[in-house]
Amino acid sequence: MIPGPFSYHRPATLAGAVKLLADLGDDARPLAGGHSLVPMMKLRLATPTHLVDLHGVADLKGISRDGDTIVIGAMTTQHELLTSGDIRQSLPILQEAAALIADPQVRYLGTIGGNVANGDPGNDMPALMIVLGANFRLSGPGGEREVAASEFYQGAYFTALEPGEILTSISIPVPPAGHGYAYEKLKRKVGDYATAAAAVVLTMAGGKVATCAIGLTNLHETPLLATDAANAAIGSNLDAATLKQAASAAEAIMAPAADARGPVEYRKHVGGIMVMRALQRAAGRAA
Amino acid sequence: MNDMTPTREQRTAALEGMGCKRKRVEDIRFTQGKGNYVDDVKLPGMLHGDFVRSPHAHARVKAIKTEEALKVPGVLAVITAETLKTVNLAWMPTLAGDVQMVLADGKVLFQNQEVAFVVATDRYAADDGINKVEVEYEPLPPLVDPFKAMDHNAPVLREDLAGKTTGAHGPRKHHNHIFEWTVGDKDLTDAAFRRAEVTIKEMISYHRTHPSPLETCQCVCSFDKVKGELTIWGTFQAPHVIRTVVSLIAKLPEQKIHVIAPDIGGGFGNKVGAYPGYICAAVASIVTGKPVKWVEDRIENLTATSFARDYHMTTEIAATKEGKVTGLRVHVLADHGAFDACADPSKWPAGFFNIVTGSYDFPTAHLTVDGVYTNKAPGGVAYRCSFRVTEAAYCIERAMDILAQKLGMDPAELRLKNFIKPEQFPYHSALGWEYDSGDYHTAMRKMMETTDYAALRKEQADKRAAFKRGETREIMGLGVSFFTEIVGAGPSKNCDILGIAMFDSCEIRMHPTGAGIARMGTKSQGQGHETTWAQIIATEIGIPADNIMVEEGNTDTAPYGLGTYGSRSTPVAGAAIAMAARKIKAKAQMIAAYKLEVHEDDLEFDIDGFRVKGLPEKFMSMKDICWAAYNSVPPGMEPGLEAVSYYDPPNMTYPFGAYLCVMDIDVDTGVYKVRRFYALDDCGTRINPMIIEGQVHGGLTEAFAIAMGQEIRYDDTGNVVTGSFMDFFMPTMVETPHWETDFTVTPSPHHPIGAKGVGESPNVGGVPAFSNAVNDAFSFLGSTHIQMPHDFWRNWKAAKTLGAVA
Repeated sequence: MIPGPFSYHRPATLAGAVKLLADLGDDARPLAGGHSLVPMMKLRLATPTHLVDLHGVADLKGISRDGDTIVIGAMTTQHELLTSGDIRQSLPILQEAAALIADPQVRYLGTIGGNVANGDPGNDMPALMIVLGANFRLSGPGGEREVAASEFYQGAYFTALEPGEILTSISIPVPPAGHGYAYEKLKRKVGDYATAAAAVVLTMAGGKVATCAIGLTNLHETPLLATDAANAAIGSNLDAATLKQAASAAEAIMAPAADARGPVEYRKHVGGIMVMRALQRAAGRAA
Repeated sequence: MNDMTPTREQRTAALEGMGCKRKRVEDIRFTQGKGNYVDDVKLPGMLHGDFVRSPHAHARVKAIKTEEALKVPGVLAVITAETLKTVNLAWMPTLAGDVQMVLADGKVLFQNQEVAFVVATDRYAADDGINKVEVEYEPLPPLVDPFKAMDHNAPVLREDLAGKTTGAHGPRKHHNHIFEWTVGDKDLTDAAFRRAEVTIKEMISYHRTHPSPLETCQCVCSFDKVKGELTIWGTFQAPHVIRTVVSLIAKLPEQKIHVIAPDIGGGFGNKVGAYPGYICAAVASIVTGKPVKWVEDRIENLTATSFARDYHMTTEIAATKEGKVTGLRVHVLADHGAFDACADPSKWPAGFFNIVTGSYDFPTAHLTVDGVYTNKAPGGVAYRCSFRVTEAAYCIERAMDILAQKLGMDPAELRLKNFIKPEQFPYHSALGWEYDSGDYHTAMRKMMETTDYAALRKEQADKRAAFKRGETREIMGLGVSFFTEIVGAGPSKNCDILGIAMFDSCEIRMHPTGAGIARMGTKSQGQGHETTWAQIIATEIGIPADNIMVEEGNTDTAPYGLGTYGSRSTPVAGAAIAMAARKIKAKAQMIAAYKLEVHEDDLEFDIDGFRVKGLPEKFMSMKDICWAAYNSVPPGMEPGLEAVSYYDPPNMTYPFGAYLCVMDIDVDTGVYKVRRFYALDDCGTRINPMIIEGQVHGGLTEAFAIAMGQEIRYDDTGNVVTGSFMDFFMPTMVETPHWETDFTVTPSPHHPIGAKGVGESPNVGGVPAFSNAVNDAFSFLGSTHIQMPHDFWRNWKAAKTLGAVA
């Protein structure tokens, strides 16, 4: 539980951070909240020789509203998400999910950028980003670019980030007023990753589901958008048969690993249950 | 008397003696971060040691190359078994009569076994060095399943025991067999089963878990070459035993070894034994001439130092149709891991597991325990219980529920029918114990009345009907547990550790101003001894508890004692404290008689001093007697006021309790909710009710953890898959249920103040309560026994197996 030797850098600007990462090459890692990277370093599963701490870069912080889009700086902490009026008003599902991440001490330091950019299948925010249609702004030696969250995740810990690139901000289109939402997360205890979790954002019209997106956490090596499950729900009043159908469609795309949380069969089964419960709770909240 | 004269109640209250909810005096420093733990010990020039550990569960060690490690800046030495052989310390004796490798000698026998010890100028350099030690392994087939340990083709684990057909506890049947331990009357028991109208049989497993104290095991060893003295600061529950063990194996004179156990952050049995880290740090200090610190990390603690349980108990009960038990037969397969390093009294290879007849009047019983070696970490310590007592309580309490189910009787009713009756005490059990006292019926009935047990059973029946009608997906379980503990090891007639009788001790020295210091052979790890020990003295001699300083843990100053574990502190040291205090009081009475110019027999003790019988105004306070002890003792009497007592208990004490757990389980996810938990404890005389309540809360929380998920699990190749707090269930306050506590008081007839142990009762009684609740919830679907731990996925699996989930 003792990390190997490394050098520590704390640039003050984004350009400085990008340049450092470019100059230092593969041996450098950006440091955000550190709640994934530092434990990996203590186990010497990660052995970067340089850490580029992003806490000094003011441009990476803050939450702002730009028309119908909410822009969240990558270094915004989970705690700041939980206390933001803009988030409460426009993206309440982010607060519901953030409150289920780890514990208050971790949330004071853990950032949304680190959570979405690390590519850990156990992280909660990636599935929400896909459900909400978020875009990630990336900055690297080749300049800036935007990647849709749905295109970002390639495998466990593999993302669209190129060497030297930093995630700088997240843009999320504000869902329509009156939308329903829910994040259902089954976990063994406070601080644990999800055994299975499902995020639902939907709108209702005339007692039926009008639009719906369903995301799944920790049920595959990447977060999943459960399109067939959502399509099963659209047009229905979420009767028991429809809920079962949506759960089955979601289970069909799940491929979780067996671990101490349970065997594959269990994790898929409760994944389906989380989908059903999230759909019901989201519908109950929709105007 | 004028208005300012304190009343008797005020004088008693001022003492803060026994029965007072005195606030914990040690918490003043703990809550301010001012405790002094081993890792706070920082000495000039101190070095740091850390282990290279085996990634394999079973492998031959072909070569250990240390050259690259020695090139790492700051690395001073790499110690291997070859180094230790030069001082004859490559192996060390265990408390269970076995030997254990200190560092891998030719092979490794469990994952994370200690292979080499890297000594460096700081902790970082030590770990850098570890990463440069190259070990060449030749993997061997691992033996993980204890049920396969004695197969004829099972791999040979302990090559050092080749040809040894006798171990420390008798004949060995197989190369992986450690001992067979048999108690009871086999013929009588077999006959009872032949005649039985009803029998049950179930293999009840108590899985492998770990005490996991917040502070891991650690030490600082400092060898003074000039004086030839070794000082060890360590997380020791039994500092004197450690000193003796070190003296015996390191061949150092015992007076030249100073063992200091400073503040300890929880022990729970984990800190009783001796570990390779202690030996290596001591050798490293002797070799380098510098102090050497060794501190385990969490993964090392969970995977290498002293697990608990791993008992597989095939249990049979014989009974009449009316539900009267007539016989008990238990066979235990005990998985001890790679070395037999159980921390039991030396003659008890399975601890006090023969308390397995529990609270019931079994006319006959027979018990056999087979201990086996596997490729797992050594240990088998008493994790918050007396030796193997929680295993025994779980075994009998689960079995009684299974019998109730077979008979169609209520589990509480079955227990009431079979309890040992109050008039049967002292009670001689079929497996050899003399229960000192008990009133089980009163405790059980109080539990049933307070919780309205009958109404809960009615609610459960309604919920089961609703479940069968498809109106709910939730099932409800009532977990009844009635336990009898056996604590206070122990009487010299049957308990010793490496030949040292398991007495304990107290020394009290009163100062002239009416204050004093008291030292004991025990060592608090959070139990609050500094608070409660002073309360016993306060009541016994009439000096306020605040004026008594309690000191433990330094072998140079404390009287020899066997330490704190197995709930022995109050039954043994608590008695020594009362006896030492009574010696003080006896001398004080002589001084008071002299000063008051009466005969001793004319005096009576009255709260905080001595009074002449019939002359209430002729009174001398203990405070004044202390002063007189230093300037005007009777002619011929030595001055001073101090006493020592070494207490060899005549018997164990037998705390008991009645617990009820009310649990709801969602069959679709397996998620449970503990709706209610009621714990009635009878620990005899209650010294500090607040501390007892805290002990019960802590023990119940650990019981909850163990029953509902806390597990050291190995995969088929011998890898630990639950080696960190991510996967080893350590409940937070969010998961922990609310606890309701209650009590009855049945004093121990042989203990000077009537007290029994309590710290471990809640773990002993709690585990069966939780497990019985889960099993009770599922029983109406047709199951008789579901193995622990009852985590979410296993509950779902049970529901699925029973057809409750599609």
